Amino acid sequence: MSVHLLVDFGSTYTKLTAVDIDEEIIIGTSKAMTTVKTDVLDGFNVALSKLENAHPQMGEISAVSACSSAAGGLKMAAIGLVEELTAEAAKRACLGAGALVNHVYAHHLSKKEIKALKQADIDIILLAGGTDGGNKECIIHNATKLKEANLDVPIIVAGNKDAADDIETIFETGQVEYYIVDNVMPKLKVLNVHAAKDVIRQIFITKIIEAKGIKKAEEKTGEIIMPTPESVLYAAELLAKGHEEVEGYGELMIIDVGGATTDVHTIGDGYPKRAEVVLKGLQEPFAKRTVEGDLGMRYSANALVSLMSPYEFKQYYKDVNEDDIQASVKKRYEHVDYLPENEEEEAFDEALARICCDYSMSRHVGTVEVVYTPLGNMYYQTGKDLTEIKYVIGTGGVLINHKDPKRILKEVNQKSDKRLELRPTDPIFLIDKDYILAAMGLLGQKHPKLALKLMKRHLT
Amino acid sequence: MKTVVIGVIGADVHAVGNKIIDHVLTEHGFNVVNIGVLSSQEDFINAAIETNAEAILVSSLYGHGEMDCRFMKENCVEAGLSHVKLYVGGNIVVGKQDFQDVEARFKKMGFDRVYPPGINIEDAVADLKEDLNIE
Ligand code: B12
Repeated sequence: MSVHLLVDFGSTYTKLTAVDIDEEIIIGTSKAMTTVKTDVLDGFNVALSKLENAHPQMGEISAVSACSSAAGGLKMAAIGLVEELTAEAAKRACLGAGALVNHVYAHHLSKKEIKALKQADIDIILLAGGTDGGNKECIIHNATKLKEANLDVPIIVAGNKDAADDIETIFETGQVEYYIVDNVMPKLKVLNVHAAKDVIRQIFITKIIEAKGIKKAEEKTGEIIMPTPESVLYAAELLAKGHEEVEGYGELMIIDVGGATTDVHTIGDGYPKRAEVVLKGLQEPFAKRTVEGDLGMRYSANALVSLMSPYEFKQYYKDVNEDDIQASVKKRYEHVDYLPENEEEEAFDEALARICCDYSMSRHVGTVEVVYTPLGNMYYQTGKDLTEIKYVIGTGGVLINHKDPKRILKEVNQKSDKRLELRPTDPIFLIDKDYILAAMGLLGQKHPKLALKLMKRHLT
Repeated sequence: MKTVVIGVIGADVHAVGNKIIDHVLTEHGFNVVNIGVLSSQEDFINAAIETNAEAILVSSLYGHGEMDCRFMKENCVEAGLSHVKLYVGGNIVVGKQDFQDVEARFKKMGFDRVYPPGINIEDAVADLKEDLNIE
């Protein structure tokens, strides 16, 4: 028996999945609280003994792979020139690499923005601007300002290649750790995120993991190969595309409602479905991820309710007592491992989860806009049309542990008051009930076909 | 190499002339950024910013050019593109109108060069080289 152990150091839990490579089965899963503040291996060891106790016949572990989103995950800032073009391209590169991006700046960085960057908790900055051969004045200006700011944060430069030499000179005279890679938008509206994503992962593996106190885990797990969200995105892509003779599911979406964030991943072109609709804007990545830092069940519960009035909250939970909302929220973000102990609290969690699904969908899907022209109405689409997406897969604690998670997932569907949003219309809902998606993304690095088969078997 | 942005403005789908302009300007050694048909003023402006273009050549064939081009110069100035040359050509107004009149109106709107229907595109290339100090 050859056992491959997959480890996900999550923000709340360290999750283990053991796979028997020869028998092609999942032997079992287990979890324990993540213990970054003390020693990350404590939590890992607890989870491992749980797993071994539950499966005493489990053979020797022959391989281990790990990913991590512990200690706040990977936080990045994205900087570009035009907001809808290189700033957006930079942001998408970060998101695709599994980062949370709370700071996005366009045009010349101001003193105020530099100050905000200094105060922010950021792991890496991605600096873009200009197509190759295009504008270089702006990115050079921003590089200069970043150098002067002495941020002590690695900077990835992925902008106009004509500016690369000047930027190298600027950064070399300072104490800047920098990496120059291919432009995220080499030609107008053409997105090219691979090179940037690769260095992000490289920096994550070598530096960030260490800074966050997770490096120690590598004694037991071998190299932590990527941020957890990137692993999930990889699993999604594998499940959509298939591998060799094992067919995939085609266009699909994964929605991960977590304690701190809600992540949405879609695999698909999302081109306009009707001939009269014209596609606008920057090219969309085939595998697209968005992440919402203000939509989460625990750490972000406060931010979530501050997005709406109590009246709006009631639309998701009609029996709620408006005066109790604040107290219920406080309980959750002050005790991130809180589990509901009665029906009211369960209903409250369900409302939060519904809001996460609904709001994150509004931000993820493309929109159509009606433009009134001399020749009548025209329809412009920005972003992806996901109306015909076939599968929507739910993951994350609240969905996995809910008795009727599909009821919550329905919030992603088309809504009468959000007609211009290109949301799914009638997808098949599946649940990641064994919580294996991140693990399958890891397993898929070496055994793609097996990971695919296991996902098809376990997502129901 | 000098960069120019070309495209067809508004709800206009006439694509043939745009392809020819792309071809001719490329032959003459320009770096042509072609944003194609159905382009808004914003599309032209954003493209010019990122690519550091020195001229924007707007085409309008379907007769509504005057409306589509309103405030284009002002919007360019607002976006920091005051130095970028603005050209317009095609069938820029409805039907047959006195061209001198049309030209005067578009120049007043801030366009540097205005071309009548049926213009030989090579003539425009000569103007462009002059305006951008090429050769
Ligand atoms: C083919 C065609 C169509 C096709 C276009 C197919 C396509 N995707 O390209 C279709 C059938 C879709 C079409 C539709 C319409 N068309 Co039409 N169409 C034509 C036609 C017959 C030929 C256009 C063409 O391709 N010419 C060949 C190219 C090489 O020439 P060009 O486009 O003029 O471009 C050259 C020059 O103008 C110049 N140039 C262009 N832009 C610029 C810019 C600068 C800066 C410079 C220097 C030079 C320059 O250089 C180009 C290359 O040499 C013309 C009539 C004609 N003979 O011109 C009508 C014509 C342009 N269409 C016309 C009209 C009215 C329409 C419609 C509104 C009809 C309707 N009521 O539905 C629709 C509009 C649809 C839309 N949303 O845009 C009118 C416009 C009238 C006006 N301006 O007052 C024309 C002139 C016919 C006419 N005489 O009435 N059309």
